[in-house]
Amino acid sequence: MDALTWPQLLAAVLWRLWPVWLALLATFALSIRYRNRLGLYGRLFDSPISMIGFALVMFWVFTALFAGLIATHDPLTQLSGMKNALPGAPLRNPAASVFPHYLLGGDVLARDVFSRVVVGARSVLAIAPAATAFAFMAGITLGLPAGYFGGRLDAGLSFASNLVLAFPVILLFYLLVTPEIQQTGPAIGHWRASIPNVMAAVLFAFPVIFFCTLWNARFHTDRRRRAIWLGVTLILGLWVYAGLAFNADPTGLWSMEPNLLNVFVAVVFVNAPTVFRIVRGITMDLKSRDYVAAAQTRGETAWYVMLWEILPNARGPLIVDFCLRIGYTTILLGALGFFGLGVSPESPDWGSTINAGRKLLSQFPAPALVPALALMSLVLGLNLLADGLREESLKD
Amino acid sequence: MAKFLIRRLVPVILTALCLTFLVFWLTNLPPNLEKIAKSEAGVRISDSEVASWLDRNGYSRPVLLRYGEWLGVAPGWRATDETGTERGRCLTARVDPAGAPRFCGVLQGWWGWSNVFKQPVSNIIALRLGLTGWLMMSVMALMVPVALLIGVLAGMREGSKLDRTLSTASIVTTATPEYVSGVVFIAIFASSMTGLKWFKGSATSAMDHITFENFFLPVLTIALYGIGYIARMTRASMAEVMTAQYIRTALLKGASFRQVVLRHALRNALIAPFTVIMLQFPWLLNGVVIVETLFNYKGFGWTLVEAAGNNDIELLLGCSVVAVVVVLVTQLISDIGYAWLNPRIRLS
Repeated sequence: MDALTWPQLLAAVLWRLWPVWLALLATFALSIRYRNRLGLYGRLFDSPISMIGFALVMFWVFTALFAGLIATHDPLTQLSGMKNALPGAPLRNPAASVFPHYLLGGDVLARDVFSRVVVGARSVLAIAPAATAFAFMAGITLGLPAGYFGGRLDAGLSFASNLVLAFPVILLFYLLVTPEIQQTGPAIGHWRASIPNVMAAVLFAFPVIFFCTLWNARFHTDRRRRAIWLGVTLILGLWVYAGLAFNADPTGLWSMEPNLLNVFVAVVFVNAPTVFRIVRGITMDLKSRDYVAAAQTRGETAWYVMLWEILPNARGPLIVDFCLRIGYTTILLGALGFFGLGVSPESPDWGSTINAGRKLLSQFPAPALVPALALMSLVLGLNLLADGLREESLKD
Repeated sequence: MAKFLIRRLVPVILTALCLTFLVFWLTNLPPNLEKIAKSEAGVRISDSEVASWLDRNGYSRPVLLRYGEWLGVAPGWRATDETGTERGRCLTARVDPAGAPRFCGVLQGWWGWSNVFKQPVSNIIALRLGLTGWLMMSVMALMVPVALLIGVLAGMREGSKLDRTLSTASIVTTATPEYVSGVVFIAIFASSMTGLKWFKGSATSAMDHITFENFFLPVLTIALYGIGYIARMTRASMAEVMTAQYIRTALLKGASFRQVVLRHALRNALIAPFTVIMLQFPWLLNGVVIVETLFNYKGFGWTLVEAAGNNDIELLLGCSVVAVVVVLVTQLISDIGYAWLNPRIRLS
């Protein structure tokens, strides 16, 4: 079997990604067809820039979803003779059932670069949005009262957030994301009060607190509905919370590896203060509006005003920042991988793949170049999308 | 002005104390101390031997007290061990126990001893900061003019074709972290894949003498990530100024567009980017760590990585003091500079 030429190679890669193209085509066709009924999302399809951004993001989302179909090899299998193979190199002695080429070459451990990048998209796209969402929950839950009430609460929280923001990010990662840090603190039962575990216990509680306050503020006059909403939130929330923060989910569905927990908590911790500052700033701006005064005159509670009057009106800048922040979190996760922190060396996530490939960069660029371009295109997509959303929401 | 300065300085000093304490606490966690004991006294020592080693070397006292000693506001510990020799924090570097000072911390200029480099921390940091200083200076010299130029050109006529092109280009650079652009640059300009080999993929030789060939890629890599951000801020500020009344007046009275931009708009448009540029320093620090690791340029960032990777507590503490001070001082300068540059704040 011969090595593939560059045009053949390109065609093979594009052909291999067929589920992605199909899904993208369907998404775009449906969205453009019904764009008048889809609100802000529909208006994305008015500008070419935001369409490109959306396409890039959805490309990686679908790649992650269909990774099992797209990947040509197992991301951890090492095949003999394929060490640092060039893109398009044929397998040394291919079995009949195996894809006969390494499409984008092999890495230093003779694993398929193409499959690793495709499977790596899964871990990147699972962690970055989730970590950003947790950071938003914490930032919103603390930023609203800080901006609304002001005073000592605001001074204290702002000082704490400035403290985190003045910390050089990489130093913080080196201090927080080490395997040994799990051995600190006293053990309580089978749970250990180590620094990341305690931070997880605090940070993961914010979504539960947020939604409980949200329903309570809305339905505090309607006992029955309040009981239903609070009950459902508490049961679901505490179930997930017990699993993620304390690894104590009785069904075993929700749990987090200690290494992943370190990374996750560190990333949430770095992002939350910035979100806090944004939410606080918007709240201070919006609290002098007429509709807030109207709600206050009606006798609504402070939390109702914050969560049901101010927050919905702050959604524009928050959605834009959410997009940007997923990109930034992706960059942070990549940096963690680049320094070999937190994740296992076998992990196919893009940062650690770049790190593994950079040693032989000037002879065999493919193993580092491919995940680097993947990461860049995803972040670029998110930034373009955020830019498009900003322009659209400014038109209101 | 003095009152303004004091009001700004107090939280800065408080922040510095909190942050250094945080770093001190995190670097002195029990597992890290245990690792030190094992690397100094032998890997196979038992837990009780670890405890006694830590006890003998002053590591077992309360963290707050040890932080005070490290800072130089609490007297250094002294004790006589079973063999009769006197040991203590301030005695390790001095020969004569009687003449040793009571306080020896960061404030007195005693930054500790690096276990990895076998040198005083202050020497290492001075040397490495000098190397990084060259890198930072070159980055600033490239980044600031380019970014301001792009921003002003884009913001001059909002919505024009030039604006759209430059804005999209700035979004692309902000989406490219240093470890991506560095890898791409090395692959294009320094690898055998394209065969260009215009530049070197390593900047180690730039530590002795800097040439365009060995220094341009790292500088470009760091500068690129910042350019997009500063350019976008400049563009926003410029676009806002261009809609102001006095610009319209100037145009209506017949001044040329060129003259209006250079004489009237530019000065006001550059106030906001000034703060942004100052606040870029902490970001540059991140970029410096990544780029120095990638290009093997043994400056401050490289030292930080080595110290953190090898559990060199005192060196890591020294590095973080420098990093924290750099961040806080630039924040202070940006605050004061903004107030000073903006006549609306300065004169009120």
